[in-house]
Amino acid sequence: MKKVELIDLSKSYDKQVDVISNINVTIEPGEFFVLVGPSGCGKSTMLRMIAGLEQITSGTLKIGEAVANDLPPDKRDLSMVFQNYALYPHLTVQQNISFGLDVKKVKKDEQRKRTEEVAEMLGLTEFLKRKPRELSGGQRQRVALARAIVSEAPICLMDEPLSNLDAKLRAHMRSEIRRIQRTLGITMIYVTHDQVEAMTMGDRIMILHEGKIQQVGKPIDIYNNPANPFVATFIGSPPMNLAQAMVDKKASELIVGDVWRLPIPADEIDALPEAPLIAGIRPEHLRPATKETREGDKLIVEVTNVEVLGNETVFSFQLGADEWQAKWSGQWQIDLGDSIPLLADYGALCLFESKSGKRIKQPTDLGNFVFGKEVLV
Amino acid sequence: MNRQTKHGFWKKSVNGRTALLYLFPSILLFSVFVFYPMFRTIYLSFFLTDQAGNAALHVGLENYGYLLESSAFRNSMKATGLFVLYTVPIGIILSLFFALLANEKLKGIGFFRTLYSSTMGISVAASSVIWLFMFHPSIGMFNRVLSVLNLPQIQWLLDPEWALLSVSISTIWMNTGFSFLILLGGLQNIDEHLYESSRIDGAGYFYRLRRITLPMLSPTLFFIITISLINAFQSFGQIDILTKGGPSQSTNLIVYSIYREAFINYQFGTASAQAVILFIIILIVTILQFKLGERKVHYQ
Repeated sequence: MKKVELIDLSKSYDKQVDVISNINVTIEPGEFFVLVGPSGCGKSTMLRMIAGLEQITSGTLKIGEAVANDLPPDKRDLSMVFQNYALYPHLTVQQNISFGLDVKKVKKDEQRKRTEEVAEMLGLTEFLKRKPRELSGGQRQRVALARAIVSEAPICLMDEPLSNLDAKLRAHMRSEIRRIQRTLGITMIYVTHDQVEAMTMGDRIMILHEGKIQQVGKPIDIYNNPANPFVATFIGSPPMNLAQAMVDKKASELIVGDVWRLPIPADEIDALPEAPLIAGIRPEHLRPATKETREGDKLIVEVTNVEVLGNETVFSFQLGADEWQAKWSGQWQIDLGDSIPLLADYGALCLFESKSGKRIKQPTDLGNFVFGKEVLV
Repeated sequence: MNRQTKHGFWKKSVNGRTALLYLFPSILLFSVFVFYPMFRTIYLSFFLTDQAGNAALHVGLENYGYLLESSAFRNSMKATGLFVLYTVPIGIILSLFFALLANEKLKGIGFFRTLYSSTMGISVAASSVIWLFMFHPSIGMFNRVLSVLNLPQIQWLLDPEWALLSVSISTIWMNTGFSFLILLGGLQNIDEHLYESSRIDGAGYFYRLRRITLPMLSPTLFFIITISLINAFQSFGQIDILTKGGPSQSTNLIVYSIYREAFINYQFGTASAQAVILFIIILIVTILQFKLGERKVHYQ
């Protein structure tokens, strides 16, 4: 239960180009912190810097209260789970789990006791005598997890631990890892490229892109108020729909993708710049137009693809140059080529500056998507 | 009815016949260069031969009986055994040491990797000639160094006490390159994450060496030990160039003894019998090694 503090951290391999630059973040004790980003964004490098497997080029890394820049990995009080699990193929599950204890010269009895406890916790008791190659992917994953837990280190680092599992097992392990982390109260730093994992597991998540922090915050805040177009499209599935937009101050309308005109409320028009914008809207905020809808508010689109997922229907259409998607709950009988009238509120829109990607308007009207506990009877 | 079964067999064996067709070139080459000479050797070992190496008189197992009683053959067996004992363990430990050194991530390590494996690129004949000069009693490097250090001179290749040792030293040098390369390849195949994981646990260098590197390298070590053993039993070129089996038969290793028996004494029968015995010894050693060693080898 230690905090990890990254102050102005940078990493460069050739002393010219920073692969990670100016990372400032504090990971609180007992927090489940997720680093998420596309491949090659530097998230694994960052984790390895925290672990001490990569040199820190500049900046300060603090673990607990102490500066840890030059500490060797074993003095940093942490454990790590690798993507390929890094199990020792010539050792049994038991020996694999107790390897770290053996290194630290823990007594044999104590080793066995702790190994058995952890194996019990993860349901590995019956596999203790087996070699890793005799285990399934999920079981190997558990052994790797057990090895991290048994060390009782206050900080645990995980580098895409679930990416080699099938979808069902992955969903199961997600909740299992979360449960263990809560039970033990350890500080978890978890790297993934999967935004679903980030959304479902993290207390807070940090989105990295090209070595720079895009946004740090609670998953739901990031989903609702993405800081820039990259975050908007990276978090959420299907991603937020984006299109070029212009403000027409005379008509007090927003022109999205050259084809869609949305009226802007009078009190907001002054705050908007004339510069080119990017407008974004979540697929679930594109609602079906009803009979009462004014003809001018409707956006008629032609369906190019339909996916019915059982409890919801996702369909694509072309808006100007971009392909957009809408998500409606329920099973809708929509065919390719159908013309669908859509409706959206200006409030649900997210606006970014086209040049800098800075957000200038966050969605205010989240429709019927946020519920308090009072709703439950 | 009969015709139909015949047809059936023809059809059923179509896979086998196709396979044979694909195998035919290898079978042909193996037959000419391996199988025929092998059976011819076994056949000849039961005969006394004329000068041209044709079987002349069937003597049954007499060639073998003669060999087992001959002191020259026993001496040659003893020399071979000692030679294997000198060259294989030291050669492998030395190459393992070099491979571990060259596996470190350092600047310019490629240079040392090339250097350590370079003896593989030199033929046995060429390197033997170089060693011949180095062992030379008066102008050789070794004796020069000894004289500088005020130590007594050694007749490297002429003293029966020293000759086998000298040949072993040069053989170790010649074989190091190959073993080094194979072991380095084995080391580089070990997953880097295993070391990273153990570093987080705090394992030191020798702990990692003992509990990760050596077990993970065991299949490679097993392979190189087998190959080195067989190679050592079959050494010929360096003997022929450095000592010609002398002095006083102290370096008359078995393959050299076979060569002398066949092509100098024209005793193809006893030479063949020796070759068969060598074959059996290598076979037994290899089987023993597989039986004993395989339990300690961790295949992935």
